[in-house]
Amino acid sequence: MITIEKLFKRFHDLEVLKGIDVILEKGKTAVIIGPSGSGKTTLLRCLNLLEIPDSGKISLGSNRIEFSPSAKLRTKDIMTFRKQTGMVFQNYNLFPHLTALENIMEGQVVVLKRSKEVARKKAQSLLEKVGLKDRGNMYPHQLSGGQQQRIGIARAMAMDPEVLLFDEPTSALDPELVGEVLKVMKDLAKEGMTMVIVTHEMKFAEDVADQVIFMDQGIVMEKGTPDEVFNHSGNPRLLQFLNKVSSR
Amino acid sequence: MFTSDRSEHIIGILRDSFFPILEAGLYFTIPLTLITFILGLILAFLTAIARISEMKILNYLARVYVWIFRGTPLIVQLFILFYGFPSIGITLTPFPAAIIGFTLNVGAYASEIFRASILSIPKGQWEAAYSIGMTKSQAMKRIVLPQAMRVSVPPLGNSFISLVKDTSLAATITVTEMFQKGQQIAAATYEPLWLYIEVAFIYLIFSTILSYFQSALEKRYNRSIAK
Repeated sequence: MITIEKLFKRFHDLEVLKGIDVILEKGKTAVIIGPSGSGKTTLLRCLNLLEIPDSGKISLGSNRIEFSPSAKLRTKDIMTFRKQTGMVFQNYNLFPHLTALENIMEGQVVVLKRSKEVARKKAQSLLEKVGLKDRGNMYPHQLSGGQQQRIGIARAMAMDPEVLLFDEPTSALDPELVGEVLKVMKDLAKEGMTMVIVTHEMKFAEDVADQVIFMDQGIVMEKGTPDEVFNHSGNPRLLQFLNKVSSR
Repeated sequence: MFTSDRSEHIIGILRDSFFPILEAGLYFTIPLTLITFILGLILAFLTAIARISEMKILNYLARVYVWIFRGTPLIVQLFILFYGFPSIGITLTPFPAAIIGFTLNVGAYASEIFRASILSIPKGQWEAAYSIGMTKSQAMKRIVLPQAMRVSVPPLGNSFISLVKDTSLAATITVTEMFQKGQQIAAATYEPLWLYIEVAFIYLIFSTILSYFQSALEKRYNRSIAK
């Protein structure tokens, strides 16, 4: 379970998160939606401490971190916390100098100190899982966007994280490649992976999410099951937003 | 203008001087270039890391070093080392003085190449490395540097070829490298035009061979990088 309490974050003069309180259940999929600039990506990045919140608390499993503007976090605490999370980026951010297989092995070998043999086996089974069994020896630039993103998911999975974070994983993809990535994510959700997903794919959110969180201007405006949020909310800002993205 | 006697005379001088000049190249120009380039790269790498580090003192020292050695002429640096230092009790023989002078110079210039290459790697690569639990130094070593090295190969190749030619400045502190050798023979034979053209020609051979290696190296390093 992930608990986020009274999380605040500002960049210079801009307050991006204004007191976020969210509880994410273990084994469930939470989808964060909202207009751009609403703070959803910042919230996600706070969950693996790529951004350090100014104040508030996050607890993840047995780890609990309290933030305050006066106390600087110790690097060791950041590393310990971060190891429980995996991140999938909008622009994949695969390592271009490594093959697909090596991308998935790298963290296992360097961070988890697994032997190359063990890491390779795990990488191969993950490649199979994301449907790219025969692409292990290719370099990222030889793969399509959809394939790269699936490698990105496998790379994050390889670290056995407690939770997988997705930052608009399909936003940089050509429309015809979106489906293959969403399918992998759907499979993970079915298997009981804990996931937090920032996305604009409303149909996906409706189908897969256990919890939908609507953010606007740095606060959580609405949260609930997909049915509650998409069909039974009276929140005017949410209705306005859903209207604009009515492609669902 | 040219009688056949005169042509024969010149050809004879060029023939007799070719191997002594080439020899000077093999004994001095090439070792000087290789040694200073390797030492210079090590110095440059450390300097680049210091400039990127968050330790203020290291950063400051590296900055001052680069500022001085990029901002003053190489020939003046060599003169201070070789002709100036004896007056404070540090006397260097010509070859070591040249090694030190060129190394410091290469170190300053190449450190900027390394620094720019490291900074050219997108922030997303750091974040991806952090996201799989790497520390800053692991991310630097495993993810950023391997990519930065590839970026720095072409400009470093240029520095290397420049260095081959710059070593002719060692003549001014009495190292008998190719140019100095050419000067000596020109003075003895009274044929400066032909001797210096010959020297230029040998430099051209050297840098042509090196350019070839440079492009081979670039091809090798470009294999796995998106164009």
